[in-house]
Amino acid sequence: MNNQKLFISSHAPYWHNMSSISAKSCHIMLAALPAVIMGIYQYGIPALGVVTFSVSCAMFWELIMNLVTKRPVSIGDGNAAVIGLLFAMLLPATTPWWIVLIGTFLAIIIGKEIYGGIGCNPLNPTLVALAMIMLSWKSYIDFDGALVNYDLAFLMKYPLEALKHFGTSAISEHTAVGLLMGRQSGGIGATFGLGLIIGGLYLILRGYIRWEISLSFLVGVFVTAFLFNISDPVTYAGPVFHLLTGYTLIGAFFLATEDSSSPVNFIPMLLYGAGAGCFTILIRNIGAFADGTVFAILLFNVANPLLDKIKPKAMGKGLEHA
Amino acid sequence: MIKKPFFGLRKPKLKYPVEDTIKLDSINEIPLPLRVTLLSDNNERSDDVDLKVGDKVKTGQLLGLSEKDGDYLISTVTGTISEISQYTGYFGKTCASISINAETEDQWDEEFIKAVKAPASKNCVKFLRRLPGAPSLSSVLSNESSVKTIIINGIDKDLLTVTNQLIVKTGVESLTEGVRYLKQITNTDRIIIIVPPDLTYQAEKTGAEVRVVKPLYPNTLPHIQMKNIMGITVPPGKSFEEMGVCFISAEAVTALARVFNSQEFPIYKRLTVINKDSRTFNVRARIGTPVKDILNTLDIETIHGDRLIMGGPMTGNAIYSDEMPVLPDTDAIMVQDKDQIIQSSDTHCINCGECIRVCPAKIPVNMLIRLLENDMFEEAAEEYDLLSCVECGLCSYVCMARIPILHYIMLGKHELSQLKMLEESSE
Repeated sequence: MNNQKLFISSHAPYWHNMSSISAKSCHIMLAALPAVIMGIYQYGIPALGVVTFSVSCAMFWELIMNLVTKRPVSIGDGNAAVIGLLFAMLLPATTPWWIVLIGTFLAIIIGKEIYGGIGCNPLNPTLVALAMIMLSWKSYIDFDGALVNYDLAFLMKYPLEALKHFGTSAISEHTAVGLLMGRQSGGIGATFGLGLIIGGLYLILRGYIRWEISLSFLVGVFVTAFLFNISDPVTYAGPVFHLLTGYTLIGAFFLATEDSSSPVNFIPMLLYGAGAGCFTILIRNIGAFADGTVFAILLFNVANPLLDKIKPKAMGKGLEHA
Repeated sequence: MIKKPFFGLRKPKLKYPVEDTIKLDSINEIPLPLRVTLLSDNNERSDDVDLKVGDKVKTGQLLGLSEKDGDYLISTVTGTISEISQYTGYFGKTCASISINAETEDQWDEEFIKAVKAPASKNCVKFLRRLPGAPSLSSVLSNESSVKTIIINGIDKDLLTVTNQLIVKTGVESLTEGVRYLKQITNTDRIIIIVPPDLTYQAEKTGAEVRVVKPLYPNTLPHIQMKNIMGITVPPGKSFEEMGVCFISAEAVTALARVFNSQEFPIYKRLTVINKDSRTFNVRARIGTPVKDILNTLDIETIHGDRLIMGGPMTGNAIYSDEMPVLPDTDAIMVQDKDQIIQSSDTHCINCGECIRVCPAKIPVNMLIRLLENDMFEEAAEEYDLLSCVECGLCSYVCMARIPILHYIMLGKHELSQLKMLEESSE
């Protein structure tokens, strides 16, 4: 019998706070559940189909990519599932299966894996996929067309589209409370404002996302929308309407806060959030698209490495010649 | 193990154990081992030194290793040299290792007693380097020393370790004596003692200037103490001595008092043994006692796959054999169950920013780790502050991707120093 006792040797520290990527992914999905469940409740089985299919497709693409590139299987970290879930939350409930299949392919492979996997993507994978789908198959992402057969107990016109074409008179029926409770058409998991806020606050308090980004994004949206609103109240809606419609809340809590494509230092986080929020409203109000969240966040993803150059001076640095 | 708190908005708080976990009356004496091993700092053992297997040595005897730079070891037992070999340690550094088979009866070496008889003279100074607590007094004692301040550490560097706290708590008299001798043999202006809040009363009696630190990691690391207490930020690449400050542990100060008071070389080392369930034992053992003997006396069993650490959970060094002896600077021995060992991973950095928020030196760790993973050590030092690292290990502790960040940083520093040496030798 081999009675030699061997000890594990490694470098300090020998403690860990037991956090892990998979735990983080689980908590993000948990936080997204209230909004997803509300979406499924409103739009029924088709919404459930899109969500489950999107999550499984995302994991499937990641697995395929792991096998093709002969890398360790990484679907266990849950990041692919998070991307799949977030992608589904942005889609209309009636999205055809092949859009979901292609969308998740774009998110996982083009958005993340070709850069080297988790942590290496310069842009938010979910938004990369959605932007490509929006530009390529616009009619399938058009909420008014996609949800034409639904008649829920509220105004079924997509609020941002209505605002764009008919001004504030078209959205006068929407109340803040109604929008907060999900009484608006839109993405499966993007309309239930209260659920998204609860999920976001949960993630912030648990330390999984940064309050700096979420808060400054919302402030950016609010201030810019407010300035537009006071300049011309007939054409431009008020800040509260912009905060509660479209992808604003899901963007603030789930999309802009994606780790790899967002800054880590304090001032850059504020700039990043505020900038993305501001651009969201600029695109909505004077740009070509009804909702600017997707492109605004992507734009600031690109600016992220530059913003993160604003960093505090390290201890003892620059003292050599003092 | 201290886990991530439920609310994660703020930095993690790594507190020192509260006072009632320190059991004062229970200092476990480790019996004289059959064989002790002494390790030198480096392997500069020259042939002209007359030291061979079979030699009889006495307790307190100076075992010269090299005539040139005066490197030596001090025997802590009376016995016969059984083996002279080489030990390979951290970063492949080799050092001379001398094993001595111990006899039960201690015979004290004359030379040491003679040297100490003339009090406060510099005769005995050469013995002081091997005191328990391994004080780096040589720079303070030289005549052209620029050290103006001596800081006595009454709080241990690492978590769960209470060796020096216990010494402040129980040995105020010898600490006071030690401070007095320290004032005599050095020409420093200030002697400061750093203690946690609950030891202020004891510290005030020692005659040194008292400074209180919050018992919160990493407040206790020398670099952070320099910044918080002295208001001096040490630039990368400079030593504390160059900045006019010398750190010495409370244990070394009491050892100093013992040398001059009882003219006896202190051969015992106090240390904290941390068991698998984080319970601690206070131990008194001879310098050179193998870890195995200490664990046997305390009935701590280790099995294949466990981890043995010299030092605490944040800054210790893992050892691969329980034959490793207690060294003059070993303040703690930690045993970790194999189920508690967190495996590092080779996942990429996910840029979550936890390390940035926790780093006491404000290093852009997320960028640094990317360079270090790709062996870009010089760029890492120039652009991303590799050399500002104070080696607290908090980045690895909070890393969600479980990247061994501190390991990469230490490797980077080591490679960089190798590069520098190579450049210098080619010039």
